[in-house]
Amino acid sequence: MATDSSVPTNAFAGAARLVDYWVIVYKRTWKGSAISSFITPLFYVLAMGVLLGDYVEGDPAQLEGASSYLVFIAPGLLAAQSMQTVFGEVTYPVMGMIKWHKTYFGMTASPLTVSEVILGHLGFVMFRVGLTCGVFTLVMAPFGVFATVWGAVLAYLVQFLLGLAFATPIYAFSAGLKDESPFALVFRLGMIPLFLFSGAFFPIDNLDPWMAALAKATPLWHGVDLTRMLTLDTLDGSTALVHVAYLVVLAVLGWFWAVRRLTRRMVG
Amino acid sequence: MTTSDSMILAQGLRKSFGSFEAVKGIDVDVRRGEAFGFLGPNGAGKSSTMRMVAAVSPVSGGTLRILGMDPAEDGPQIRSRIGVCPQEDTLDLEITVRDNLFVYGRYFGLPRKEVRERVDELLEFVQLTEKADSMVEDLSGGMKRRLTIARSLINRPEILLLDEPTTGLDPQARHVVWDRLFRLKQQGVTLVLTTHYMDEAEQLTDRLVVMDKGLIVAEGSPMSLIAEHSTREVAELRFGVGDNEAAADKVADLADRVEVLPDRLLLYTADGEETVAKVHERGLEPVATLVRRATLEDVFLRLTGRTLVD
Ligand SMILES: Nc1ncnc2c1ncn2[C@@H]1O[C@H](COP(=O)(O)OP(=O)(O)OP(=O)(O)O)[C@@H](O)[C@H]1O
Ligand SMILES: [Mg+2]
Repeated sequence: MATDSSVPTNAFAGAARLVDYWVIVYKRTWKGSAISSFITPLFYVLAMGVLLGDYVEGDPAQLEGASSYLVFIAPGLLAAQSMQTVFGEVTYPVMGMIKWHKTYFGMTASPLTVSEVILGHLGFVMFRVGLTCGVFTLVMAPFGVFATVWGAVLAYLVQFLLGLAFATPIYAFSAGLKDESPFALVFRLGMIPLFLFSGAFFPIDNLDPWMAALAKATPLWHGVDLTRMLTLDTLDGSTALVHVAYLVVLAVLGWFWAVRRLTRRMVG
Repeated sequence: MTTSDSMILAQGLRKSFGSFEAVKGIDVDVRRGEAFGFLGPNGAGKSSTMRMVAAVSPVSGGTLRILGMDPAEDGPQIRSRIGVCPQEDTLDLEITVRDNLFVYGRYFGLPRKEVRERVDELLEFVQLTEKADSMVEDLSGGMKRRLTIARSLINRPEILLLDEPTTGLDPQARHVVWDRLFRLKQQGVTLVLTTHYMDEAEQLTDRLVVMDKGLIVAEGSPMSLIAEHSTREVAELRFGVGDNEAAADKVADLADRVEVLPDRLLLYTADGEETVAKVHERGLEPVATLVRRATLEDVFLRLTGRTLVD
């Protein structure tokens, strides 16, 4: 027998070999994720943006330049949507691929490397981010929350960067865990406080100075602020650059950490 | 023989986990077309060795060449040309039998059309065509094992690594697997398998090493190992619990060697029937007797003082 299989020429070519796997997985699971991905954010828009927003004075001076509370929180909810999608995708599912289903062990017995396997999985996570944030952006558009079309498009693209900045470090964290119990804490003490206190629901300057400083150190705040500048058309070049740099650095550091942790874990 | 015929070459190969040494320096040379076995009890270091050969677990010491390549340098190249059936199945339980094979073929960079053809062939080969659209979680243990073997063949490997291919299977399922492996061997695939079943090693391997506690304690063909380390026949005598030890002294001179197991005596001798007759002549009345040919189990007992399956 002669083998005619080959070694991928680069990491992206390797990750591309995993596309069929992820397509099959997604076909099986999309119904389960549809509710939480699409309907929950819509509830938020209605409850917080429209109904609660009725009680909030639409004063641009108080709302970082937004003309209504809905317009203020829409970018925050979009960024939070990216974050929440990522948290869901790189915690339990990553452990499942290692520990419960051992799928990664099958993948790395092939010519694929650990980096390619991670890249493939992150590609799927980005697909999920693109989908949930894409639907969210479309749903919000009729509410008039986007000042300009290009702002809406750029705000949408920012969600991939924000998602990646969360995905790589959390992936790394998950890849080294022996059991799933820390995930409950990650959600309760990580994701929920980020969601509530990183400027999605209220201007960060309403916080005590030290709390505001803390909030501004979080990736979600950088994502929210960047998204909001784009949706409100209040972009400030140098601030935006700081946000992008922060998120890129986090994503890159997380990537190297993830490769290290998963390699160690797989080798045992 | 030239080194180009050497499919797997290990010299002083070691594997440590922290301060624990699971493989303590072994030499192995597997030739093209050969069926090679690692026989040994639990914890002997068989899987640790297989994982190094599969280029997924780094070597801790010594040298290892697979198809002439160094796994530390050329892991992906090596993995593209071998097939691996790990001790624990790593099938995706929640997708179909067919999809498991299909996605696996894609990992090897094979075009979709090509993979689909191979999937059909392989399903036929391992007799799972009727289960093609079942979820893997609905398969029996034997079927899962066959699927894992089919999966390991998707890239038409030059070396097939099988870590305990039939452990946990009932005798019938085991024979189906043996039959398939035998066909592969006839097709010229180099087989490397681990087992703690001596009958499996005898059935399938041309040459094997006996491993114990991280070391190779003997090497040869099943026949030559038996000839070298055992007599041709074995007379098994059962004298009721507690009486075996006492009886052993009384029959010691009737055999080349006597092993006392908790439940029976093993008398190693060229002619088992004759030995049993002599035992009776001495007025000894074993509860049961059995004469059989010596097996690798006896070789293992001789070499390590322990039985293979505990
Ligand atoms: N990842 C690991 N970390 C620590 N110790 C390990 C690891 N893998 C194996 N060992 C130890 O190395 C020794 C050899 O294990 P190995 O799995 O190679 O044995 P084996 O011959 O395959 O046994 P079995 O027949 O039970 O499969 C055992 O003592 C085992 O506990
Ligand atoms: Mg083993």
